[in-house]
Amino acid sequence: MNNTVQNTEKNLVEVRDLQEYFPIRTGLFKKTMLKAVDGVNFSIKPGETLGLVGESGCGKTTVGRTLLRLYKPTGGQIFFDGNEVTDKNMQNYRKEMQMVFQDPYSSLDPRMTVEDIIGEPLDVHKLYKSKGERRDKILELMGLVGLNAEHATRYVHEFSGGQRQRIGIARALAVNPRFIVCDEPVSALDVSIQAQVINMFEELQEKLGVAYLFIAHDLLVVHHISDRIAVMYLGRIVETADADELNESPIHPYTLSLLSAVPIPDPNTARAQKRIILEGDVPSPLNMPSGCAFRTRCRYATEQCAKECPPLTDRGNGHLVACWCK
Amino acid sequence: MAENTAKKPPLLQVVDLHTSFTTDKGEVQAVNGVSFTLEEGKTLGIVGESGSGKSVTAYSIMQILEQNGHITQGQILFQGNDITHYSSKQMQDFRGKKCSIIFQDPMTSLNPVYTVGNQIMEAVLVHHEKSKAEARDIAINMLKLVGINDAERRFKQHPHELSGGMRQRVMIAMALASEPWILIADEPTTALDVTIQAQILELMQELQQKLNMAIIIVTHDLGVIAQMADEIVVMYGGRICERGTADEIFYHPAHEYTKGLLRSIPSVDNMKEKLVPIAGTPINLLNMPKGCAFCARCDNAMKICLEEVPPELPLPDGHYASCWMNVVNHNYVEEPADE
Repeated sequence: MNNTVQNTEKNLVEVRDLQEYFPIRTGLFKKTMLKAVDGVNFSIKPGETLGLVGESGCGKTTVGRTLLRLYKPTGGQIFFDGNEVTDKNMQNYRKEMQMVFQDPYSSLDPRMTVEDIIGEPLDVHKLYKSKGERRDKILELMGLVGLNAEHATRYVHEFSGGQRQRIGIARALAVNPRFIVCDEPVSALDVSIQAQVINMFEELQEKLGVAYLFIAHDLLVVHHISDRIAVMYLGRIVETADADELNESPIHPYTLSLLSAVPIPDPNTARAQKRIILEGDVPSPLNMPSGCAFRTRCRYATEQCAKECPPLTDRGNGHLVACWCK
Repeated sequence: MAENTAKKPPLLQVVDLHTSFTTDKGEVQAVNGVSFTLEEGKTLGIVGESGSGKSVTAYSIMQILEQNGHITQGQILFQGNDITHYSSKQMQDFRGKKCSIIFQDPMTSLNPVYTVGNQIMEAVLVHHEKSKAEARDIAINMLKLVGINDAERRFKQHPHELSGGMRQRVMIAMALASEPWILIADEPTTALDVTIQAQILELMQELQQKLNMAIIIVTHDLGVIAQMADEIVVMYGGRICERGTADEIFYHPAHEYTKGLLRSIPSVDNMKEKLVPIAGTPINLLNMPKGCAFCARCDNAMKICLEEVPPELPLPDGHYASCWMNVVNHNYVEEPADE
């Protein structure tokens, strides 16, 4: 497995053939494996943002959680800074990898003050010498995410959605991580607040050089914040490319229809937009089609697509596509 | 504006609507003087963030407010008749037959213990004197119309056997089964994925052309609005900021809130630039300022904005805006500032 290590050196995070299967009871004694993530590969460089998009149920959240070992991976490897992350050494890497959750209402303890919430990771990792230092650190973090010092003693219910998300981000930043998994961090927020939080993510990246895995379903938001974008469909990555490249010249038929379906907030463009409307629904992950998972909704599907699953191949400039098309 | 009233009255006209809710913390004025007009076969979009009163406006038209909510002032004219004075019997006739609503969440707005066919048939049987067999045929036809394959089999299924997109189609079929004049869609695609959203929006536009019905679409998604709406109403804190044609609102916004909103969303043009967010936090309806609801977050707020609620002011091309900036511009500039 060491044959590709020279490649991992430049990458902060690298994921190889990640698998996450959940056993689902389908009968009294029968269990079926739900393949939520089935062979995912990607890498993230220091200070880079990789956007992960896909529809609900495609496994994008599972990728984020498995990456941080909130779920035990069924198979595959995760490398951080060139070293493989395992169950045993994960604790060391908790300081390097953090997470911001989607729902700022349920991911913060209502019985803790803001100070305690942000201070908890500092306590766990013993990152201060005196009480005064702990408090200074907390106030510094609060300033970093745009919260006032007088908010420190308040409880979560006193804050609005955008402010709660800021608390969640401050908590993630407390241990000085180099990598943060952001799982739909702006989708629960009002439109007028989204921009504040997106800007803050970008500013923090400039200031601290953290790398993000930015999981979201809003393609315009992902395009705005990401350097590169990976598109997932039913547990597999179907296309990865530079953000602009992916939006200008998508190759995979799923990416094409996904991008054409995005409602553009501009009446003239919206009226002229040619939508590729996909037939039908996403198949159940319990009953995956053979070969390429997208073939049941793909208008270019051929016999080959039913037989074999297409591998991710490079189409130049690091634009990876998993499709049998040209 | 005046020439319209002289002819046939518009399909739906909302005049100075006030809706409030009695809560433990006091009276909450959720809708505060909303007026707009909907013409036959047209689509009106109502945009706003949570708490702006957009859904309450829709529910007020249907009179399906929670028990503590009531219309305190204003008129809702359907073909010239004020429906706020309708008896509950008359309202029953209005709902479904004249005006139907589809809700945001197709998972919870269908009854889990009845088959979907049964639920669509109910809508037909309540409003029309049809036999069960006829209602069944109508229901199956509706399912086909909304693009559900294998309609006869689906007719006999329960909601849990259908996917989210399918359930929303069933909701639309149910709403359209009694052939209403107006379809109110309250965040119809918010719970759905983009590819399914595209299917549903396309379907609504198709059906609108086929049946010549009017649509009121309530959403926070400016992308959906740009695709669907002929006319747009922008709401903030229970009041209308501005209203006008889709092109006017998107290309010549005349209220600071709309301008801020358009700057703050990522679009194809500003991918490389920093977004310009609207400062501050959304308004608390229990604690409304004396003047303009948006003044606390507005960069250009003036003294008068804090003191007085701005009046609705006509601008060129059937555009109305409630912002003191326009008053200033009108007094000192011949033409409105935008191109």
